[in-house]
Amino acid sequence: MFARSLLRPAAPLARSFQTSAPRFSDHVFLHRNTPENNESIPFEFNAENSKRAAEIIAKYPPQYKKGAVIPLLDLGQRQNGFTSISVMNHVAKMLEMPPMRVYEVATFYTMYNREPVGKYFLQVCTTTPCQLCNSTAIVETVEKHLGIKVGETTADKLFTLVEVECAGACSNAPVIAVNDDYYEDLTPEATVKILDDLKAGRKPAKLGPQSSRLTSEPINGLTSLTSEPTGPGFRLQKALQ
Amino acid sequence: MATQAPSTPSRSYGNLKDEDRIFTNLYGRHDFGLKGALKRGDWYKTKEILLKGDTWIIDQVKTSGLRGRGGAGFPSGLKWSFMNKPGGPDGRPRYLVINADEGEPGTCKDREILRHDPHKLVEGCLIAGRAMNANAAYIYIRGEFYNEASNLQQAIDEAYKAGLIGKNACGSGYDFDVYVHRGAGAYICGEETALIESIEGKQGKPRLKPPFPADVGLFGCPTTVANVETVAVAPTILFCISGHVNTPCVVEEEMSIPLRELLEKHCGGVWFSVPVMPKHICDDVLMDFDALKDVQSGLGTAAVIVMNKSTDMVAAISRLSAFYKHESCGQCTPCREGTGWMAKIMKRFESGNATVAEIDMIEEISRQIEGHTICALGDAAAWPVQGLIRHFRPEIEKKIYAFNAAKGNSINA
Repeated sequence: MFARSLLRPAAPLARSFQTSAPRFSDHVFLHRNTPENNESIPFEFNAENSKRAAEIIAKYPPQYKKGAVIPLLDLGQRQNGFTSISVMNHVAKMLEMPPMRVYEVATFYTMYNREPVGKYFLQVCTTTPCQLCNSTAIVETVEKHLGIKVGETTADKLFTLVEVECAGACSNAPVIAVNDDYYEDLTPEATVKILDDLKAGRKPAKLGPQSSRLTSEPINGLTSLTSEPTGPGFRLQKALQ
Repeated sequence: MATQAPSTPSRSYGNLKDEDRIFTNLYGRHDFGLKGALKRGDWYKTKEILLKGDTWIIDQVKTSGLRGRGGAGFPSGLKWSFMNKPGGPDGRPRYLVINADEGEPGTCKDREILRHDPHKLVEGCLIAGRAMNANAAYIYIRGEFYNEASNLQQAIDEAYKAGLIGKNACGSGYDFDVYVHRGAGAYICGEETALIESIEGKQGKPRLKPPFPADVGLFGCPTTVANVETVAVAPTILFCISGHVNTPCVVEEEMSIPLRELLEKHCGGVWFSVPVMPKHICDDVLMDFDALKDVQSGLGTAAVIVMNKSTDMVAAISRLSAFYKHESCGQCTPCREGTGWMAKIMKRFESGNATVAEIDMIEEISRQIEGHTICALGDAAAWPVQGLIRHFRPEIEKKIYAFNAAKGNSINA
């Protein structure tokens, strides 16, 4: 270590100036009023969601109603299309929380879109296991096919593309989540097909793996679980017999 | 291995037979609902198990040697016994929290349990809940797993309807509720105290311990947080294999299976929240908590991410540093700042736009993060970088020399 420091060049090395790359999957934390997102736009749960909200709140002890803030914001996002400031304020009122506590939660968790997104919210996983299986090509395919960059929405408000961290389907990498549905084992061709289907208003033919797999088994045949599952009481220990 | 090999190995590991496998519906070939689950032996004699009482269940778990499947490998029986303090109940409700916030890169086992075998989990909740005399279980499932959460909710509804959980669960006289709580996208909520905070409706920032959750946990009450796989309990372990193998898959195998056999049998090296290992170590390592610790790595969640020779190790680890930077909750300074610094330096290492001294610098940063944060995310962010430097330092140096030679910079080795 000492020898290395002696050998260090006298003049500092010239290296290009670095800035951190912008991250588009998360927005800035502060809210700015825009025509489509400001406090004067009214929001309330519709009749069906009010019922759901009551069910959700019942899961938590009455003095800890605020436990329901995460599911209620999610419900609001599903109804409104995105988690607007009015959604947050409504949830705060329902749960008798200071609005700031709700804003804290809405800014912390990445699944709340605090700006409007397209009808199909494309979440491409690019964390290392997917990266190894060439998720970079998937991102490029989507960008080229839709003519948008990561973080952008198409002009027809149909698609928004974001990169996300590990989607938890690594054995089926690469993965793209369209709203709630996972499409796995992607190739650029399969990706284009899914996008075209969605664009045409069709539901893609196959959910999950786009390869010949059904779920996460090895692709060229089962290496385990080839026999029928054993029934009740199989190898029951003596104490319970 | 310089030392003499034991003359007769006590037993060989691996080669698990189908009848030994617990998760018989891992690939979703059968019905995941109550009818299918009953046929596969779930909910069988659950009442008898419940009636055996808390001590008996905990003793069974202790004897089985089960260790938590969330990554730390803590003995489960011991952990569950913390809930039953001498002196009896103090009047506060008790909670069991199931961690299904699966987001560790390379880990995709809980998803298979949640969508294909949810009844194993619900039954496991009830038995584990009985063992720690809990009143209710919250299953915290990551928000992205919407369809998986639907399957689980269906299983819970079926179980309520059949009287298996709820008031007088399975007719045992014991009341137990199971709730699903969906998260909203934060890796850090996989940390047990962050998860508790999140259920309480706050930002998922880990709490300082003590007090431990077994004393003051969810809603201020005694709580135990356990992984999905631990509770859907098995002496086997689910391996999730991804990356550069011919047939990536999720597979149930015995603990301590040799890594080479695991890959050859089911798939045709790198660990994440644990340090990476090169091929020559992987060739004969056994897959369990202790053997991997001996080679300065760890089992973690049994996620195996294989990288072949063509992999740019630096780029792979750099992406991982970016992951940890993104997922740091921002509560502790060493992690909040350090993960950002590491990600920036690693990004430059990718192209070689750096100096050799910076390799030591990033190693020092990683040592300053490790062990200086409330939760283990700081450690998890530091270890892959350390593993990279330990095993692949020449790779980084090669890039730096090539970059500087191309730029015409003089650099001394």
